[in-house]
Amino acid sequence: MFQIFTRQEIAPKTVHLKIEAPLVARKVQPGQFVIVRVDEKGERIPLSICGFDREAGTLELIVQAVGRTSHEIYDLQAGDSFLDVVGPLGVPTHAEKFGTCVLIGGGYGSGAILPMGRKLKELDNKVYGIVGARTKELLIFADRLQAALDRLFITTNDGSAGMQGLVTDALKAILDDEPVHYVVAVGPVPMMRAVSDMTKPLGIPTMVSLNTLMVDGTGMCGACRVTVGGETRFSCIHGPEFSGHDVDYDELVARQRMYAEKERAALEEYLKQKEQSLCQA
Amino acid sequence: MSGLSIKDRIKIPRHKAPEQPPEVRSRNFEEVCLGFGLEEAKEEALRCIECPKPSCVAGCPVGIDIPRFVKLVGEGAILEAAHVLKEKNILPAICGRVCPQEKQCEQSCVIGKRGEPVSIGKIERFVADFERLSGRVELPKPGASTGCSVAIVGSGPAGITGAFELARLGHRVTLFEAMHKPGGVLYYGIPRFRLPSDVIESELKALEYLGVEIFKDAVIGKALSIEDIFKMGYDSILLGTGAGLPKMLGIPGENLVGVYSANEWLTRLNLMRADLFPDYATPIEYGKNIVVIGAGDAAMDGARTSIRLQPEAVTLVYRRSRAEAPCRVEELHHAEEEGVKTRFLTNPVRFIGDSHYKLKAIEVMEMALGEPDSSGRRRPIPIEGSNWTIECDTAIIALGCDINPLVTRSTPGLELTKSGIVVVNTETGMSSIPGLFAAGDVITGGSTVISAMGQAKVAAKGIHDYLVAKKGLRLQYAAV
Ligand SMILES: Cc1cc2nc3c(=O)[nH]c(=O)nc-3n(C[C@H](O)[C@H](O)[C@H](O)COP(=O)(O)OP(=O)(O)OC[C@H]3O[C@@H](n4cnc5c(N)ncnc54)[C@H](O)[C@@H]3O)c2cc1C
Ligand SMILES: Cc1cc2nc3c(=O)[nH]c(=O)nc-3n(C[C@H](O)[C@H](O)[C@H](O)COP(=O)(O)OP(=O)(O)OC[C@H]3O[C@@H](n4cnc5c(N)ncnc54)[C@H](O)[C@@H]3O)c2cc1C
Ligand code: SF4
Ligand code: FES
Repeated sequence: MFQIFTRQEIAPKTVHLKIEAPLVARKVQPGQFVIVRVDEKGERIPLSICGFDREAGTLELIVQAVGRTSHEIYDLQAGDSFLDVVGPLGVPTHAEKFGTCVLIGGGYGSGAILPMGRKLKELDNKVYGIVGARTKELLIFADRLQAALDRLFITTNDGSAGMQGLVTDALKAILDDEPVHYVVAVGPVPMMRAVSDMTKPLGIPTMVSLNTLMVDGTGMCGACRVTVGGETRFSCIHGPEFSGHDVDYDELVARQRMYAEKERAALEEYLKQKEQSLCQA
Repeated sequence: MSGLSIKDRIKIPRHKAPEQPPEVRSRNFEEVCLGFGLEEAKEEALRCIECPKPSCVAGCPVGIDIPRFVKLVGEGAILEAAHVLKEKNILPAICGRVCPQEKQCEQSCVIGKRGEPVSIGKIERFVADFERLSGRVELPKPGASTGCSVAIVGSGPAGITGAFELARLGHRVTLFEAMHKPGGVLYYGIPRFRLPSDVIESELKALEYLGVEIFKDAVIGKALSIEDIFKMGYDSILLGTGAGLPKMLGIPGENLVGVYSANEWLTRLNLMRADLFPDYATPIEYGKNIVVIGAGDAAMDGARTSIRLQPEAVTLVYRRSRAEAPCRVEELHHAEEEGVKTRFLTNPVRFIGDSHYKLKAIEVMEMALGEPDSSGRRRPIPIEGSNWTIECDTAIIALGCDINPLVTRSTPGLELTKSGIVVVNTETGMSSIPGLFAAGDVITGGSTVISAMGQAKVAAKGIHDYLVAKKGLRLQYAAV
């Protein structure tokens, strides 16, 4: 069992968890993820590792409640446990001295870029961060990124914090200003795609961390298949980071939605049951 | 026992174990074969002519003393027969169900040369079930401690067998398994209607009695490297990680929505219980027409699970002919009885999707058989201009597996073949790294449960000998 030590609601429907996972914590590198399962009937879902403490044997995760399983996790409290936590999975973020790097996060991706940023800083890079959200209260990890990186750019669609616009607007402003040598984007597919579209003509290496569906996370099933540069890749063992310029995004989105209808029904059922049990109590 | 002459024995017709009728079983996930009853098993056992030099034993990859256990069944001494089985095979209820006996012991059975062989597999299954359900299972005991410890990576048939043999010899054994349940392909691949979960669970109980420690959720090569395990103080390691990286076709459209690998399809249904969605949280999606590509065991399992979901049609497509199909004959027969249609000498060339990236058809080509290829089977050759399309919304690719790279490629100094298979000394099971042994699909690229078990026994002996030499143990390998 993998206990949840702390739980903090850091944005609406979004929790930050610190959990016990000593085996994972010992080896994890930035860019890797875990697969978790809540209970015996549960699904195995991938979550990025946003922080770790090797000595304490803990991991930090950010979970956004979108469907049934993420709602189940959202509803867990400190003291509760995951039945399974498997990892660290995936290939770590490639880090070397690039020069100037821009890390871009949306949603849980704002958490995932924090360890990457620290690693790139250790290697003497100048590291900028960009985080975007619809509105101020949805911003995640802004203070921690601000403290860890050379500079943090914040964008909101409504202008309630930072500059009004999208992360790509901030990226454009940086690109207009100075040479950038490496870009990493983690978050919703449309964001990763827009970032890649912007850097491709400029020839700036850009990695995107793909959030495909997964089952085992060890290369055994192929649920996580993506087409990159015309070739089939398994994002759990070959990724999750791939060159953003080569990913077939339309296929990726279609595959992500493969179970949308069923997942919607499952979420409704879960929320209904939860309401009933709350009423009874 | 009854003084039957050889003539009398040969006259007894082979018994067929009762099965759920096809039209019933194709709508449920309950076990298909119901197995022999006591009388049938005894009578079937009497068919054995007790050859002085039994050829069946050599046909068994773990060398079960077949005539002896069969004779005990004929005498009604079932629990004793179970002991004979377990001397060599610790998973008899599993093997009695999934072994391709027709290519092993039963193929070598003398009376099969003229008539039909003794139904050794079904007798084995009966004996194992009888013992299992008798409440009088003889529990294995760990040997007196040798002070040595062995780590086993992977808990499929190879890992389980290795753990069992080594614990019996008194070594401290720890099993590391990547998934949340032990069993490997037995659990996530082979469907419940061929191998019920309670059969697996009850045979795996032996590991508990032997004091084998099981660490699930431990992906070796990621959470711990082979080097880490040695550094933790383990004296030797047995690698039993299987094949486990599904082969794809490499043709256009293979990542469309609706195209599954057999491993994903079966894992969702078997391990994750997608058949019980939404009570269980993992979904599966399929349409009216399901096409399964391949003709091995995984293809049959893909097709037969598909039939049970009751779509309009399930079609099996294979590029060679029926005669070359690598699956068990029994399973192809079962699949067809259940309503699976077959299209032999047919090869997919492309998956066709709609504007939403959803599979809607597969373009295929007809094939002809040419000269034998390196596998000894006749090579399929495409017939130009024979292309046509099969309408379908779900496709399951079952072409077998490559070796999963997580451990093998993260272990410096481990010698692999070009295709990534771990190279071992066939007499000891030791790899190019001293103290690191391997068995099962990871050294063959894919074979059978029983051959994985046989290799694990070789490796267990190899490990024991290695420990004896290294640590000066005074024990002899007793399990043979
Ligand atoms: C490597 C990796 C790292 C990830 N890291 C995190 C993380 O740190 N925090 C986090 O909250 N999530 C993360 N995800 C995504 C997360 O795994 C999914 O959101 C989760 O599986 C959803 O499960 P569910 O049952 O709650 O939702 P579902 O019921 O499965 O889905 C609900 C809705 O969300 C859509 N959806 C499902 N999965 C995705 C997806 N991957 N991307 C976009 N839309 C999707 C579905 O189409 C559906 O409409 C990561 C995914 C990957 C592959
Ligand atoms: C669908 C299907 C049906 C089959 N039907 C039959 C049949 O009817 N009869 C028959 O004899 N054979 C059958 N086979 C073949 C048979 O199942 C295999 O030959 C056999 O399971 C091989 O055993 P193994 O122990 O080598 O590997 P596996 O059974 O593959 O077990 C390997 C184990 O190692 C674990 N593992 C892998 N990587 C790691 C890692 N890095 N760290 C930790 N653990 C890891 C895996 O999760 C798994 O549990 C079938 C195969 C399939 C796929
Ligand atoms: S070969 Fe057949 S008849 Fe001879 S001992 Fe074996 S099972 Fe009996
Ligand atoms: S999640 Fe199963 S292979 Fe990647």
